Amino acid sequence: MASTTEPAHDGAPSPSAVLSAADVARVVDRMAHQIIEKCAGADVVLVGIPTRGAPLARRLAGRVEAFSGSPVDVGTVDITLYRDDLRMRGVRALEDTVLPEAGIDGRLVVLVDDVLYSGRSVRAALDALRDVGRPRAVQLAVLVDRGHRELPIRADYVGKNLPTSRSQQVKVHLAETDGADEVLVIEEGSR
Amino acid sequence: MKRHLLEAADLDRADATLVLDTAAQIDQALAGREVKKLPTLRGRTVVNLFYEDSTRTRISFELAAKRLSADVLNFSAKGSSVSKGESLKDTALTLEAMGSDAIVVRHPASGAPHRLANWVRGSVVNAGDGTHEHPTQALLDAYTIRQRLGRLEGVRVAVVGDVLHSRVARSNVRLLHTLGAEVTLVAPPTLLPVGVGSWPAEVSYDLDAVLPKSDVVMMLRVQAERMNASFFPSAREYSRRYGLDARRMAALGDDAIVMHPGPMNRGMEIAAEVADSARSTIVEQVGNGVSVRMAVLYLLLGGAPS
Repeated sequence: MASTTEPAHDGAPSPSAVLSAADVARVVDRMAHQIIEKCAGADVVLVGIPTRGAPLARRLAGRVEAFSGSPVDVGTVDITLYRDDLRMRGVRALEDTVLPEAGIDGRLVVLVDDVLYSGRSVRAALDALRDVGRPRAVQLAVLVDRGHRELPIRADYVGKNLPTSRSQQVKVHLAETDGADEVLVIEEGSR
Repeated sequence: MKRHLLEAADLDRADATLVLDTAAQIDQALAGREVKKLPTLRGRTVVNLFYEDSTRTRISFELAAKRLSADVLNFSAKGSSVSKGESLKDTALTLEAMGSDAIVVRHPASGAPHRLANWVRGSVVNAGDGTHEHPTQALLDAYTIRQRLGRLEGVRVAVVGDVLHSRVARSNVRLLHTLGAEVTLVAPPTLLPVGVGSWPAEVSYDLDAVLPKSDVVMMLRVQAERMNASFFPSAREYSRRYGLDARRMAALGDDAIVMHPGPMNRGMEIAAEVADSARSTIVEQVGNGVSVRMAVLYLLLGGAPS
């Protein structure tokens, strides 16, 4: 969750959009195909990490169903109470945790998030999953991988690899949460 | 959020709503889970400092802190250095020296948690002080109303009984007003405090007139241990005029609910058949108490130590 809830356009000097709405749609379609291919025959649950992983998981589920013809379960798991940086960054409001009726025991969970950065959100999500049940396996799908991992974590499905410097910010905007689809790279200090 | 939760007035509408929303999200996250535990307050220490008897509040706070992985110390005045004459301040400083991050305090003296908050660096949560306030009870009551009726704005709440001695009533009047509900206090004149006219609530002496207009009826316990004068002629007369029995319950609207903070005097302020009816939220209130107290502890302790 490297992106924040700031407004889509804050008057910054033209942040460079690296993915347009059409690009985002194409990337989501490709990831859906990859999930179908890699998970053939498995009992898959797509689990989004709020905020933007949640609508992304629903979209992926919709595309997977459209391409494969069979529906997949989808859910969200809030990781706020599992974060290791609460003491540094302070408390914040929680978000929805909604898991499918059938649970996650023995199933193939694909975690979905918008940006993969330090890997700490994914670690928190893995901890949360462990308390919820025992999946057969867990995979990770991210729209953008921007590098700079602080933990030994990698994604199984990557929409776009985006080499960045730590001084940059990567923002994913989705229609469901921000009004439009786009991915921006913003230089620090230009805000 | 302020650092302490001492009275319902510490919460403005945004804070109170944040607590209720957080409790709802915690409920949702833990629903149907085998491991009902979160790692959020690992390494934090919460002390339950109880100078008065309590079953549900103490257990509820203890469970809330444990579900958030905090370490919990239970301290009750009985069997401690308090019986050797140690003061509240010295006890609190001793606990803090041992590394407590939050003190949950219940005390027979109104205002004790306020004093405590000036002496310690950690957070102080009022778990009931004398006849003053009991803010987490009001939060769990508001949470229960919202859960059952789906809203708080404009909900008509009748608070019935021993308002004079009731910290639950004080906190509820303040919090429910903050959240947009309309409160009517119903009690014999002897059981209303001086200055009740300045509270943000209507006052009535006639329960039968108020019931048909109420969405929520909150019955208060008649606090025999605080009855140091004759406030009403007899228990039977009180029960007949201000007790909620099946006949009176029939006057309520279809969706109206009946609440009681517990412990109940069955047959006194509430009839057994009412307490056990489908309208009664008494058991839900207890369960909701844990979620709401988890939300309070998370919001007070989850962030950076100030």
